[in-house]
Amino acid sequence: MDIIHTDVLVIGGGLAGLRVAIATRRRGHEAIVLSLVPPKRSHSAAAQGGMQASLANCFKGQGDDEDVHFADTVRGSDWGADQRVVRMFVNTAPKAVREMAAWGVPWNRVERGVRTAIINGKSVELKESDAAHGLIDARDFGGTRKWRTSYVSDGTGHSMLYTMSDQAIANQIPAHERTEAIALIHDGDRCYGAIVRHLVSGKLIAYVAKATCIASGGFGRIYRVSTNAVINEGIGTAIALETGVASLGNMEAVQFHPTGIFPAGILVTEGCRGDGGLLLDRNEHRFMPDYEPEKAELASRDVVSRRMEQHIAAGHGASSRFGEHLWLDIRLLGQQHIDTKLREVKEICQHFLGIDPARQLIAVRPAQHYSMGGIRTDYRGESPNLRGLFSAGEAACWDMHGFNRLGGNSVAETVVAGMLVGEYIADYCDSSDSDCSFSSALLEQSWKQQERYLSGLCDGRGNENAFELMREMQQTMTDKVGIFRHGERLSQAVTDLQSLLARSRRIGVRSQLRGANPELVTAYRVQKMLKLALCVALGALRREESRGAHFREDFPLRNDRDWLVRTLATWPDADSTQPSLDYEELSVMAMEMPPGWRGYGEKNHIEHPQTAQRQADVDAVLQRSDLSDRFARQQALMPYLDCLPPKYRGRNQRLGEQES
Amino acid sequence: MSDLIATAGRRIRLHILRHNPQDPESQPHMQTFELEEADGMTLFIALNEVRETQDPSLAFDFVCRAGICGSCAMLINGKPGLACCALTRELPDDITLMPLPVFKLIADLSVDTGEWMRDMSERLQTWVQGSELERDLDRFEQTMEPQLARDIYELERCIECGCCVAACGTAHMRPGFVGAVGLNKLARFRLDPRDERDDAAFYQLVGNDDGVFGCMTLLGCEDMCPKQLPLATQIAFLRRKMARQGLKKNPEE
Repeated sequence: MDIIHTDVLVIGGGLAGLRVAIATRRRGHEAIVLSLVPPKRSHSAAAQGGMQASLANCFKGQGDDEDVHFADTVRGSDWGADQRVVRMFVNTAPKAVREMAAWGVPWNRVERGVRTAIINGKSVELKESDAAHGLIDARDFGGTRKWRTSYVSDGTGHSMLYTMSDQAIANQIPAHERTEAIALIHDGDRCYGAIVRHLVSGKLIAYVAKATCIASGGFGRIYRVSTNAVINEGIGTAIALETGVASLGNMEAVQFHPTGIFPAGILVTEGCRGDGGLLLDRNEHRFMPDYEPEKAELASRDVVSRRMEQHIAAGHGASSRFGEHLWLDIRLLGQQHIDTKLREVKEICQHFLGIDPARQLIAVRPAQHYSMGGIRTDYRGESPNLRGLFSAGEAACWDMHGFNRLGGNSVAETVVAGMLVGEYIADYCDSSDSDCSFSSALLEQSWKQQERYLSGLCDGRGNENAFELMREMQQTMTDKVGIFRHGERLSQAVTDLQSLLARSRRIGVRSQLRGANPELVTAYRVQKMLKLALCVALGALRREESRGAHFREDFPLRNDRDWLVRTLATWPDADSTQPSLDYEELSVMAMEMPPGWRGYGEKNHIEHPQTAQRQADVDAVLQRSDLSDRFARQQALMPYLDCLPPKYRGRNQRLGEQES
Repeated sequence: MSDLIATAGRRIRLHILRHNPQDPESQPHMQTFELEEADGMTLFIALNEVRETQDPSLAFDFVCRAGICGSCAMLINGKPGLACCALTRELPDDITLMPLPVFKLIADLSVDTGEWMRDMSERLQTWVQGSELERDLDRFEQTMEPQLARDIYELERCIECGCCVAACGTAHMRPGFVGAVGLNKLARFRLDPRDERDDAAFYQLVGNDDGVFGCMTLLGCEDMCPKQLPLATQIAFLRRKMARQGLKKNPEE
């Protein structure tokens, strides 16, 4: 048995994982990054549109600050988010953008003078100030009241990932490429690292670490139609679930992005609509203002996706041999804008649709895009059930997105979470809590168990086909656990998935190769993915309300009275075919912003009995004359600064804001 | 329907180089798979179909399948290109697929670009080096001229796919050559005012035959770059700067 020791084992080489590794390395701890692919190939690279941070540099960003970003994010989450975590996030996001700027990201910059922009279908002139010239620019995104999304053309994630990855190289952090953690080493109380399979040699290696951080991104590939990269299979999330003790939060909260190109599901950025693009139906009618007069195309993603599907169901979709779809129109932005700020979009349209988006319409339909749910952690990123196990980024549910994430908040989260969780992991490694004393028998046993498991898949006794099970799972999720959900379809989905899981235990792998063997990889992954799919489907079935991206046709209202709770899924019995679900309450009385209407979407909801009381408390605080500024008022409503590592507690400088 | 790509019914044949160096029994050979072309089929779709229905052991790499991540470069009828963006309808009935040369073969169409690129990054130190790296993050960011930011991004669009290396005569002959990918990166950092390295420092990194003087100007890199980066111009510019540096009495100053 090969054993590799390190202080911090980071599973996942995207933005979050790399930033965690850099943070811990800078604090003097050894870190190793495990990655399925070379880190620069990670799915972070596919984030096109940008990163939200309330810099307030550009004209349409004026008046923005942490408070506005906070409120937008909480509304976006449909009050599902942990508001304290949102506060930590919005205060750190400007620092994260500025750090990335210092490290080399070529953010688009504000240019002084008059510029033309398309807003709500009309061309308008905006005048940028001299003071803002050369500072980081922002574009508009859905569900935000200010232009807040910092961007690098439409290759933001690419630029950030390359900068971050090169910084990791500069910090001499080893990235063990083409490796996959397939099980965590733990004793039910504490995590000690992972059993890792080398995808080229097939070798199983035990990585022993003081702290293990899962930053493996989302699990979109449990769906057939997804914008996600093919590696986004959620294996990091699944191995946490398979410990039987670590819990996954809000797995039913799955985001569908309005503009996946049809039918391939490849993403074109929300920046298309942020920059002024419109959604049209079969008659080239702009339909979004009919449904959403306030925000039209720039309501939150869950709302826009739902309205699109609703419009298609009403018979207004354009038809093609692949089925119905709608149109995204960015022609009005003009060739020059597309050539400079939407160039990936242009290439994607050329390659996969064979069209020029400056002259033609883009066929789009909502596609699975993001996993709000994930490994449940506290605000420090650590699992409350399994010490030494941390998680950050899309893989985690700490939980800043609740039931719907705003566009631009995910790349922002990756870096912010990397910075914060990285510091907390370093603190943990500094403390005696992280001392690694455990029996070598545990290590041996974990390793042997996986060795036996993989041999079993190849022993020739199974007869189920892994690829087929994968396809059936993906089809079931897309058909029955999609944008519009219903109790009957969901319970059918649960039954189907359970039967697939049972069948997956009889998979037979035809090729005996232990090294580069794609069939073997699919075999063990599909078993893990089915468990995640069951957490999503069962969570969705049990949650009898509609909140954010989770919409139940049979329970169309948000129900704060009964469902202002976070779903927690665990898998205590390995032989079971379904997870065990539990719920933790979100305290209305602790909220800085009590539940209300989001400003877009449905206006009705069932109120929580404490909402009125809490709102009165909040209003009273806002009236207090002894609270001199917004910081003091915020502090009185919901203190959170203590949750941040001391180095990230400072106030963010802005144009037009008084220094204090 | 008009704007969607429709082709169906044609039989296409994929001739694929098969070899798994991990397997002592394996001998490199060509294997042919026949399949029916579907509407809008790319090599990503075709290869996955072959793997799922004909040969589960076929190895290849895809990640984003959208032309963004650079994982799937291979020789498509002899030319390096991204397989995910290659529509079969633009290819003949017979399609030959080979792994990218120069890089270490993992199996079949899968090569190790990661190790090569990391080595290049370490040798060329492809990161911003300067005193501004540790700023007070609460304060305003350093300003930058908008056009300069756009110019830097133009060079930063490289996705390290390896096509320029596979298409490079020098890279085939000199294992240490950093390729257009490496030279373009240094050009990018040279342009960036946040990087405080001067030409003497860059000369140390690429002022030799493994660097900018190794380029024979065959232009394969620029011809094959799937992102259409201005590689030849960047190399020529860098070479001029480095030559000037080299002509100084003591080029290391």
